[in-house]
Amino acid sequence: MDETLKRTERTRESEERLRRGREGEGAHHPPAPQPAAAGSAGGAFDRGPYAFHDLEALQHLAAMHPSAGANIRSLDELLERDRQREQDGFPRKINVGRLIKPGRSGRQKVVIVPTTVEEKLIHDTAVRSAEDASQGGSGEGEPGEVIGEQPVREEEQPGAAGPGQGEGGPHEMESNAYDLGRILTEKFQLPNLTDKGKKRSLTRISYDLTDRHRGFGQLLDKKATLRRIVETNLHLGNIPDVGRIDPSRFLVAPGDKVYRVLSPEKDYESQAMVFFLRDYSGSMEGQSTVLVVAQHVMIYSWLMYQYAMQVETRFILHDTEAKEVPDFYTYYNSKVAGGTQVASAYALVNEIVERDNIARDYNIYIFHGTDGDDWDRDGSQTIPQLRRMLAYANRVGVTIARHGRDEAQPTEVENYLRRSGLLEEKARLLRMDVMREDADEPRLIEGIKKLIAE
Amino acid sequence: MELINQHTKRIMEGCKERAAAAGLRFEKESLEYIVTNRDLLELTPKLMIPTLYDYWVHEVEVLREKGRYELYPSNPYETVINTRPAISYYNDNNPDWLNVMIFYHVLAHIDFFQNNLYFRHTWDYDFTGQALSDKRMIAQLRSEKGRWVDYVIEFARGIDNLVGFHAELARLTRPEPSARSRMLDFYFDHFLQQGRRVKTANFIQEVERYNACRRESPDHGEQVFFAEVLRKYPEFDSLYKKSLETKAARRHDVMQFILERSEFLSKEKNRWMKPVVEVVRKTSLFFQPQIRTKIMNEGWASYWHEQLFLQDDRICGHEVDFARVHAGVTAMPRVGLNPYALGMRLFAHIKELAEKGRYSLDYRRLTDRRERERYDRQTGRGREFVFKVREDLNDFLFINTFVDQDFVDRYRLFVAGRRLNEGRGVWEIYVKSRSAVDYRAMLLSQLYHPPRVEVDRTRSENGELALVHRFEGKPLVRDFIANTLLGIEFLWGRPVTLETSEIVRTESAAAAPGPPGAQPPPPRERRAETTVWQRVRYTMKERKLTRDVI
Repeated sequence: MDETLKRTERTRESEERLRRGREGEGAHHPPAPQPAAAGSAGGAFDRGPYAFHDLEALQHLAAMHPSAGANIRSLDELLERDRQREQDGFPRKINVGRLIKPGRSGRQKVVIVPTTVEEKLIHDTAVRSAEDASQGGSGEGEPGEVIGEQPVREEEQPGAAGPGQGEGGPHEMESNAYDLGRILTEKFQLPNLTDKGKKRSLTRISYDLTDRHRGFGQLLDKKATLRRIVETNLHLGNIPDVGRIDPSRFLVAPGDKVYRVLSPEKDYESQAMVFFLRDYSGSMEGQSTVLVVAQHVMIYSWLMYQYAMQVETRFILHDTEAKEVPDFYTYYNSKVAGGTQVASAYALVNEIVERDNIARDYNIYIFHGTDGDDWDRDGSQTIPQLRRMLAYANRVGVTIARHGRDEAQPTEVENYLRRSGLLEEKARLLRMDVMREDADEPRLIEGIKKLIAE
Repeated sequence: MELINQHTKRIMEGCKERAAAAGLRFEKESLEYIVTNRDLLELTPKLMIPTLYDYWVHEVEVLREKGRYELYPSNPYETVINTRPAISYYNDNNPDWLNVMIFYHVLAHIDFFQNNLYFRHTWDYDFTGQALSDKRMIAQLRSEKGRWVDYVIEFARGIDNLVGFHAELARLTRPEPSARSRMLDFYFDHFLQQGRRVKTANFIQEVERYNACRRESPDHGEQVFFAEVLRKYPEFDSLYKKSLETKAARRHDVMQFILERSEFLSKEKNRWMKPVVEVVRKTSLFFQPQIRTKIMNEGWASYWHEQLFLQDDRICGHEVDFARVHAGVTAMPRVGLNPYALGMRLFAHIKELAEKGRYSLDYRRLTDRRERERYDRQTGRGREFVFKVREDLNDFLFINTFVDQDFVDRYRLFVAGRRLNEGRGVWEIYVKSRSAVDYRAMLLSQLYHPPRVEVDRTRSENGELALVHRFEGKPLVRDFIANTLLGIEFLWGRPVTLETSEIVRTESAAAAPGPPGAQPPPPRERRAETTVWQRVRYTMKERKLTRDVI
C-alpha cells in the first residue's frame, strides 16, 4: 500500500518534471544519479570531499567491490592463511558473517561478506560528538535556519551490522548462507555433525496442479465447475425442477469456472528441522538483538552447510505471545514489541512439533536467543515446556545476551535454568551460553561452539 | 584492457593541442585504456595502478568505510594516474563529445601532476614501471619465504601513513647548504645560544667580528673566523660533527628509522625484508600528494574542462549535453562538500581577483568599502596567477589563503550543522554560520591529516623503540594500537613503546537541549564541555600490550 503510494507520487513527480521541461522553464535536472542525495539534505551530510571521484562523477562508472561470492574461491586460501596466522602467533584478521547494508545504491540489502581491516595509527574522528560535526553547504538560509532533516537511525547504517528494513534480502541470505556455513566450519573448526539421521531428502519443492482458482487457470476442473454452475442457477431460480435439469438453459457466470493452477508444494522431507526462537520484547532493543540475530545467522549457515542445504527452518518470535514468521528475513528484521514470556515460544514449538508430527522424521534443533528477562520469574511455566521439548530435540541452545546494566546479576532465565538442574541432567541436549552485550564476533563463534558441541 | 581506438585517440591529440595552447604544460605522451567492470574489479583494489604488488587484503572486502580515507590515503577510483606516460581509463560507450570533456579534465589533471610541487618526488620516474619490478621482486620473495612476505607487507603497511612526506619533499626541493655556512648556522644558532649561552652583547660582538673578517678577505674570511673560534672553544669541532649526525637522522620517519637501525632487519636471514618495507614506503610516498591536493586537483581539472570544452570548435551542438553533465559534476551541493565544485569556483574567484589586482598591498590597505568594490587594476595577470597557485600550493594552503569572506558570500556558502530533534527523532541540518573563518575551519578540519608519530631517540634505551605521538587535539583509534604496535615490534625486533594522549573524561557543563522547535541555542554556549586529557604509554613487549598512565 505504502509502496504504491510512493510509486504514484514518483510518477506524478516525473510527469511534473516532463511538463515543466516541455513548457520550457529551462529547468534541466542533472542526469547524474546524485548518490545519497535522494531528495534529502541529510544523506549528504556525511559525505566529505574525498568521497568524490572521477570515475563516478565523470563517467558514471560505479565503484566496484568484489562481491563476497566472487571471492569465495580465494577465500579458502585466505582462511587457511588466517589459521596459519594464529599458529605463527599473530591475531586473526578475517571477520566473516557480518551483515552489512550498503546504503549507497539507495536500495538497501543484506549481504554477508568476509571483511578485514588494516590497522594503522590514525586519528579517531569519532570522539567529537555527532552534534559537533559540521559540513559545507550552499544556498539560501539565515544562520540558525533548519534546511533539512536526516533520520537518526541512519547514523549507524553504512556498514553497520544489525537488523533493519530492506528489500531483496531473503534471497541474498539463502545463497550466501551455505558458503558462510562452510567458512565457519572450516575457519573456526566448528564440529561436524555426526548423526545425520537415516532419511534422505527427496524433493524440496514440487510443482503440482493442486490449487484451485476461479475464473482462469491452467486446467479446467470440470466436476467442480459443473457443481458451481448448478449452484448459481439454483440461486437464480433457473432450475425449476431439480429432477429434470436441462443443461442447455444454464447461465454460466465467469466466476463459475474452476481451474486447477500450478502451485509450489513444499515437501518437508529434509533431515534437520531447526527452530529459531527470538525474544523481541521491548527490553531486547539494541545490541542484544544484534547479537542474537548475528549468532543465529551463523548457526543457520552452519546447519545449512552441515546438512548440505537440506535444512528446514522455522522462525518464531515472541514477546508475551509467540508467533511464527515465514522466513529468516522477517525474523531478522522484526522490530521489538511488548513484554516477555519465554514459555509462550516453547509452547508454540511443542505445538508445531506435535501437530506436524515432525519428531518422527527430523533431527530437531532449537535455538533461542534472549536477554534473559522473563515475566515468568521462577520458570514455573517455562520449565515444563522445556522438558517436553527435550524429549524430542537433538539440541536446545539458549543464548543469553546480558545487558550491560545488570552485568553481575544472573538473569531470570539463567536462574531458573540452573535451578531446574536440566543443564546437568540433560547436558547432551540442553546448552546455555551467556555473553555480555558487547561481545564481539570471536565471542559469538565461541558461543556457537558451546551451543553445538557434542 | 585495451587502448582506445584510433578515432578517439585523434580526438585526444586534438585536445592536447588546444590544452597546450591554453597554457597547460604536460608531457606529450599519454596512454588511454578502455576499462570494463571486470577490469575495474581488478584495478580498484590496486588503486588503479595495474602493476601494483599483490597482497591478500586487496581481495577481501575492507570494512570501516568511515575511517576509510584516514586509513587509505589514496583514491582507488581515479580516472587518471600519475605515471610516465600518464594512464587514463575510459568507459567504452562514452560519446565523442563526452570524451572531449573528460579528455580536458584528464589533461588538466596531468598538468597538475606534472607541475604541482607537491608531486616533485614523482617526476623523475615511471611509477608503473617501478611497481612492476617491485611486484616481481615480491613475487620472487614470496616463492622463497612464503607467508612471511605477507606479514612483512602487513606490518609495513601498518605504519605507511607515518611516512615523512614533507621531509622527502624538503630533501628534493631545498638546496643543500654549503658545508661552511652550515657550520656558521650551527655556531650562531645553536652553539652560542644554547651551548654557551652567551650574552646578547657578546653575541653581537661575534657577529661583528664575522662581518669584519668577511670584509677583510671575502674569500677566506670564514676560515679566519673559525680558526679563531676553534682556538677559543676547542670542543666546537666535535660538537658540530655530532650535530650533523643527529640532524640527518632526525629527519627520518618511523619507517626509515626502523630500516636503518633495526637489528632484527639487519640480521643476515632477515635482510630480504628491507626491500619489502622499502616498497611499501615508496608506494605510500607516491600517493601522499594526491590526497593532499584533492580539492585543488579536481578544481583545476573542472575549471579547465569547462574553459576548454566551450572553446572547442569540434563539438558544436553538444553544449546542452555538456551543460547537464558539467552541472552534475560541479553543482554546489546544498549540503556536502564537492571538491570539483569548490575547487573550480575558488580557482575562478582567484583568477578574477588577481585580474583586478586585489592580491596586493594597495587593495588590502583600502578601508572604504565602496572603493574596495570598485577596485580593478586590470592587471591582465590573472591567468599567470592561477598557474602559480596550481604550482605552489596544496589543499591546506589553498583553502587557508584564498577562502575569504568575499568568496563565501559570493557563492552563498555556509557551514551546516546538525542537531538532534528529540521530539521527531531526526537530525536537523541547519545553517550554522556564514562567516569565512568558520567555513575555512570546517574545510580544514575535513582535510586528510595523519597523526604525527616520531621516534624519540633520547628515550630509546636498551634497544627499545620509543614512539611519541604529537598530540593535536585528536586521540588515536584505540582498537588499532595493539596490532600496529605488534607489527612494529616484529620489524624492530625489540619492545616498542608509544606515548599518546587519551580522554580521561568529558565534563559536560552544557544545559540540556531546549525543547524542539525552540530558538536554536547559540553554538558557542552549547559547547561548554571540557575534555580532560592524559598522556599514556603503551608498551608492546613480546606481543603483549600493556598500558600505563604517565
